[in-house]
Amino acid sequence: MEASAQTVSIDSQSAGLLEKLRHDFGDRILAEQATCGGMPTVWVDRQQLVALLRTLRDETNPRFEMLFDITAIDERLRVHREDQPDSEFTVVYHLMSFSGNCDFRIKVPLMDADLNIPSIIGLWPAANWYERETWDMFGINFDGHPNLYRIVLPPTWKGHALRKEHPARATEMEPFSLEDEAAEYEQQALLFKPEEWGMKRESDNSEFMFLNLGPNHPSVHGAFRIAVQLDGEILVDAVPDIGYHHRGAEKMGERQSWHTYIPYTDRIDYLGGVMNNLPYVMAVEKMAGIQVPERVKTIRVMLVEMFRICSHLLFYGTFAQDVGQLSPIFYMFVERERIFNIIESICGARMHPGWFRIGGVAQDLPEGWDVRVKELLDFIPPRIDEYDKMVMENGILKRRTQGVGCYNTQQAFDWGVTGAGLRATGLEWDFRKDRPYSGYENFEFDVPIAVNGDCYDRCAIRVEEMRQSLRIIKQCVDNMPSGDYKADHPLTTPPRKEKTMQDIETLINHFLSVSWGPVIPPNEVTMAIEGTKGINSYYLVSDGNTTSYRTRIRTPSFAHLQMIPEISRGFMVADLIAIIASIDFVMADVDR
Amino acid sequence: MSLEIGSPLTIGLILLVVIGTAAMLITVERRLLGFWQERLGPNRVGWFGSLQVVADMIKIFTKEDWIPPFADKFSFVIAPGIIMSAVLLSFAVIPFAPDIGVIDSNIGVLFVLAMASLGAYSVMLGGLSSDNKYALLGSLRAAAQMVSYEVFMGISLLGVVALTGSFNMREIVEAQTDGWYIIPQFIGFVIFLIAGVAESHRLPFDIPEAEQEICAGYHTEYSGMKFGMFFVAEYIGLVLISSLITVLFFGGWLGPSFLPPIIWFFVKASAFIGFFILMRAAVPRPRYDQLMSYGWLFLLPLSLVNLLVTGVIILSTQ
Repeated sequence: MEASAQTVSIDSQSAGLLEKLRHDFGDRILAEQATCGGMPTVWVDRQQLVALLRTLRDETNPRFEMLFDITAIDERLRVHREDQPDSEFTVVYHLMSFSGNCDFRIKVPLMDADLNIPSIIGLWPAANWYERETWDMFGINFDGHPNLYRIVLPPTWKGHALRKEHPARATEMEPFSLEDEAAEYEQQALLFKPEEWGMKRESDNSEFMFLNLGPNHPSVHGAFRIAVQLDGEILVDAVPDIGYHHRGAEKMGERQSWHTYIPYTDRIDYLGGVMNNLPYVMAVEKMAGIQVPERVKTIRVMLVEMFRICSHLLFYGTFAQDVGQLSPIFYMFVERERIFNIIESICGARMHPGWFRIGGVAQDLPEGWDVRVKELLDFIPPRIDEYDKMVMENGILKRRTQGVGCYNTQQAFDWGVTGAGLRATGLEWDFRKDRPYSGYENFEFDVPIAVNGDCYDRCAIRVEEMRQSLRIIKQCVDNMPSGDYKADHPLTTPPRKEKTMQDIETLINHFLSVSWGPVIPPNEVTMAIEGTKGINSYYLVSDGNTTSYRTRIRTPSFAHLQMIPEISRGFMVADLIAIIASIDFVMADVDR
Repeated sequence: MSLEIGSPLTIGLILLVVIGTAAMLITVERRLLGFWQERLGPNRVGWFGSLQVVADMIKIFTKEDWIPPFADKFSFVIAPGIIMSAVLLSFAVIPFAPDIGVIDSNIGVLFVLAMASLGAYSVMLGGLSSDNKYALLGSLRAAAQMVSYEVFMGISLLGVVALTGSFNMREIVEAQTDGWYIIPQFIGFVIFLIAGVAESHRLPFDIPEAEQEICAGYHTEYSGMKFGMFFVAEYIGLVLISSLITVLFFGGWLGPSFLPPIIWFFVKASAFIGFFILMRAAVPRPRYDQLMSYGWLFLLPLSLVNLLVTGVIILSTQ
């Protein structure tokens, strides 16, 4: 491959940080791995893990406030492992610093015979679900975890799905059947047992009611269950139960080619459409070393912002609906319809276009696209102003949502909250502003923030974000660069066809790229974007093959749902609904 | 047989019209909501969807009428019957026109209030007998809400009663010949309007059946015609509240003589029905405790002051 991945040199801030760690930990750091993207990656033994994480959280400069992700890699079949310690399973911790605007990756090697690692719930409560998921998927045992149960897969599942030996296709398994007995067994397994979660059935003066909210409930936005412990109508505690929407998206990443995985990403945050393609294709492009033309970047930004508006409109409408206002959602679907019409004329599909490609987009913009987008830009703003009067200024809605479900910035860090939920606490931090990608540095827009961190503020921020998105789209229309819609690079998929019939080399390359798919050079990269619901990131591991070796999708909603019990204790059932509505999640984004 | 107060023909016609209107409201409400919400609403069955009500009726009559095995059968079955009869009985004292009505009762207003109280039992029984947690929450909310709002509803009417000097609805209408009570009793009207919505538990006060919170509340477990009875009773309740507002505050059948009295009554009542539907389209739902404190801390004192002031004015003008 002519364009092998450039391992971007680490910036000076991270270099200083690594220097301090080398000094503090000495040879207890097993290795430093260079990855593309420049994220410092350090291997450490599991005995040192907690100490290292605590140092990074409390002492280093910059401090890493947020545990962004925990996941694992089954390394047993991986070929390219230069400068990495020997391991059969690797647990990967991804920390994020908002004060220093940087990331840090820590890897812990484990052997199949002894898959134990200390739990870090004591450091970050957000680790709870991430550790459960890692146990669920890889069978890695987190010592000290209070509820190491299955989270994404059903409680009756056998095996650990992201291990390489676990089958990925239905054809590799016995045909599915569900006998009555088995169905009964599965149903019994879903029964909520308060004792498992350390809940009491009664207090000194009252008996609690355990209400099973979901998995099929009008306000849980998909298949999602919360078992709530009620004292009258006051919520004492809650246990969110996810996994009903799990479709093995990460497992599919290991069997689809780099190119054919793109449509699967659309369905992760199914309201985000091509927004999901973006971090994925950017990650692959990074590893492949593709620089996309300016026109591609601008087209991508325009479509992504359209989807942001669509998603926020749906949020806005359902938010109003969940506090009992029936009409706004219907008005908002009118704008969504207009936007989808434009998206359809550009991409050919509406909600899930799967339109971004490695190295570009599928097609150039159609003739006359700008006329329709300009019409849209005139159509939407007065309507959003009207919704302000209808929804945001409504007294009943204010009383229902202000002061409900509050959290502060520190809590947001502890629980891994990103996106509008984080900005509602007063932190001005937007990926598009602070770490511009895909040409966002060229756009003028503001990052709205609020101070109270309650349901109302989370909604108000999204409303303002729609206005900012319109500003960005306007700039896209006014300044759309000319040029190509696809990068001129051998790994661009599908490749440019002009030269295929001119010489045999290009023909062969084209043939292989289309039939097998592109071969991406071995590397690792994390690419994150400001998604519709928070930070959406793809952590891809390439082993120099036509498919990804490991695809990790870190979605914002997963972390946000975990926080529900924390912010809803002591409120009423009706408030819980408002809190759930204000989080803005879709279950596909949680369960993947 | 002739059309006079209490004749079988009149009673039959009133029953038919009331139930017919309630059934039609299912379609009318959906069409109106559609109109106000920038969408079409049901427009496929019949001319502009006018036969939708027939389709809905066929559906609801032929659906499986299932009684959950864990429910308390007796109360589960009678609960929808109670509310249906309570709201229908209330129409007995409504004076539709000078010569149209079921009875001419001296305790008309009290009778309506008594029937409204019976309706609360239906909702409570339905929720409790279902043995479902959502239904339980719904009926708890319903009990608290309906019992509280009955209080303000009663007090808000007393101003009108005091002005007329009678509980008889016909006399109340006739007393408004010189001017509708909406003017002297505006506060009473507003409180009655709010309490009326709360009594018929429609949005924004549909807290006992708040879909987004507790599924369908007290009627979660109901299906088929039993659900249909709750559903239709809600619409009859809507017609009832609109009729009461018309009678008590807007002069009932009174109006310029180019239209017959009964038409005036229908016009006024329909306007309020439309208003209630519009309210459903426009207003969000307060929280249960907010509704209660609003009632006890704001509406109750206000209605008492209204009664007091009315009394003082009556005494001072005599």
